[in-house]
Amino acid sequence: MNIKVLVPTGALGITYCKKALERGLKEKPNIIVVDGGSTDSGPAYLGKGKSKYSRSSTKSEWKTLMVAREQLKIPLLIGSAGTCGTDKTVDWFLEITKELAKELNQNIKITLLKCSQSKKNINKAFLSKNLSPLNNAPKISSKKIINCTNIVGLAGVEQITEAINTKADIIICGRSTDASLIASLPIMKGVDKAIAWHAGKIGECGAFCTTNPRSGVILISFKKNGFFIKPVSNNTKVTPYTVSAHMVYENSNPFTLIEPGGHLDVKKAIYERQKDGSVYVTGANWVKDNNYKIKLEGTYVEGYQSISIVLIRDETYVKNIKKWSKQVENKVKKIVESSLSLKKKNYKIQFRFVGKNATLGSLERKKVKPNEIGVLVVVTAKKQYECEEISKILNPLLLHHSLFKNTELPTFSFPLSPPSFNIGKKYAFCLNHVISVKNPMDIFKLEKYSI
Amino acid sequence: MRLKELVKKIRSKNAGPFLLTIDIFCSNKKTFETIIQKITKLEISKLYKIPKKQIEIFPIEDLFIVKITIPRPNIQGSSKDRDLHGASFGIILEELKIK
Repeated sequence: MNIKVLVPTGALGITYCKKALERGLKEKPNIIVVDGGSTDSGPAYLGKGKSKYSRSSTKSEWKTLMVAREQLKIPLLIGSAGTCGTDKTVDWFLEITKELAKELNQNIKITLLKCSQSKKNINKAFLSKNLSPLNNAPKISSKKIINCTNIVGLAGVEQITEAINTKADIIICGRSTDASLIASLPIMKGVDKAIAWHAGKIGECGAFCTTNPRSGVILISFKKNGFFIKPVSNNTKVTPYTVSAHMVYENSNPFTLIEPGGHLDVKKAIYERQKDGSVYVTGANWVKDNNYKIKLEGTYVEGYQSISIVLIRDETYVKNIKKWSKQVENKVKKIVESSLSLKKKNYKIQFRFVGKNATLGSLERKKVKPNEIGVLVVVTAKKQYECEEISKILNPLLLHHSLFKNTELPTFSFPLSPPSFNIGKKYAFCLNHVISVKNPMDIFKLEKYSI
Repeated sequence: MRLKELVKKIRSKNAGPFLLTIDIFCSNKKTFETIIQKITKLEISKLYKIPKKQIEIFPIEDLFIVKITIPRPNIQGSSKDRDLHGASFGIILEELKIK
């Protein structure tokens, strides 16, 4: 047995080395697999159901992969299409694929794996105690679930296998676990589950498991009870250290990986350097769950936001920035209450001092004497109109508020015009739960297209 | 000496939107053992203002890496969050003075 999976990049949209891709294609892989999403860029993408990456860069990178697929006549698979993997972003990705098929004059079969969830069904599962919280999950309620803007279920090997089984040329999956994308075909071909899942985790970010993460491309070759990681770019090496250290990457537990249908245990894994420069990996263990569970991700609208930015360069004000901002805040609150009739509990004003503690906030331990401070003022309220009003009330104070009585008013620097901006809806993650299902496909859908 | 002068690298990342994971990469066994000894749950609890029982520390002996996983001080991207990718939380450890 020799199954080969080519991973061109850790995420479609961040570019990869085309020469390395060509070299990888010469190895005659059985499938090209690429990840298209993550929650790591924040809740706004799932909130809106939009992609983080530009349509044009996505299209151009996908084009190269579609050409490669046509050359080798192997399946091309993308997971978590359009960053958040909602049905809307999967459709967006389908549209790009259709455009390219036309431009490239390709006749192709496409299968979509759709992962968006109905709020009604998820609420039903919640009420019948079919949802369980994961580590540090926030409290949920029916109201919270119904208020979600989007909920997705994370597909695993079982659902992706169903999609691959349709014999499509291109498989566009909604939200999927990173590791399952790589693991699915090898498991279908009889590779040991633990080996396939382990390779899935190691290869999830492409060349991150090599000495040259930027090159993007890696090739994973599977035997029944082990896998080889091979670098494909020039000046790139893999060592037992670079490969095994990837188990630590963005993972809360370096020895265990929780996935749909079970968990991977790599405590006894062995990583061996090979003569041809690859690393051979064996020894992981897959522990199957008694109940099949699927992880859910969901977002809701926490409110609306507007921001203002003012630069303070005056020494006295830099030194007294906390006092100054507190005075501004108090003044604003009085005006907001009297003119906007808005109670304090219905909005928040945050002052973040860029150059002092904007990054770490109350966890900052270093005392510094900054030359200047950028004051980023974040207003959060229930309506955009309220944020805008509060920001406009803030504006003259940010421009002229004086620490001293009976002196000429100071003027501070606004770097931009307009000086404040509406952010729009402020989305937040609200689900970190799993749902139990009888059949892995119960809450997923396949759609097929021929072009 | 500050911790950053002792170790190879400290990396902090989100482990999903609700957890933060900080990896301390050491060059050798001696440093690795020093880190295990000095960077206790109590120390992390003080630095990150998080209850001890919510902290997990994983020493990975084969790689000389110490992994610390804590609840995110604020949920990723929520209105109180200041660091979407959890990129700078490791700096608190980097700048820690150790004897």
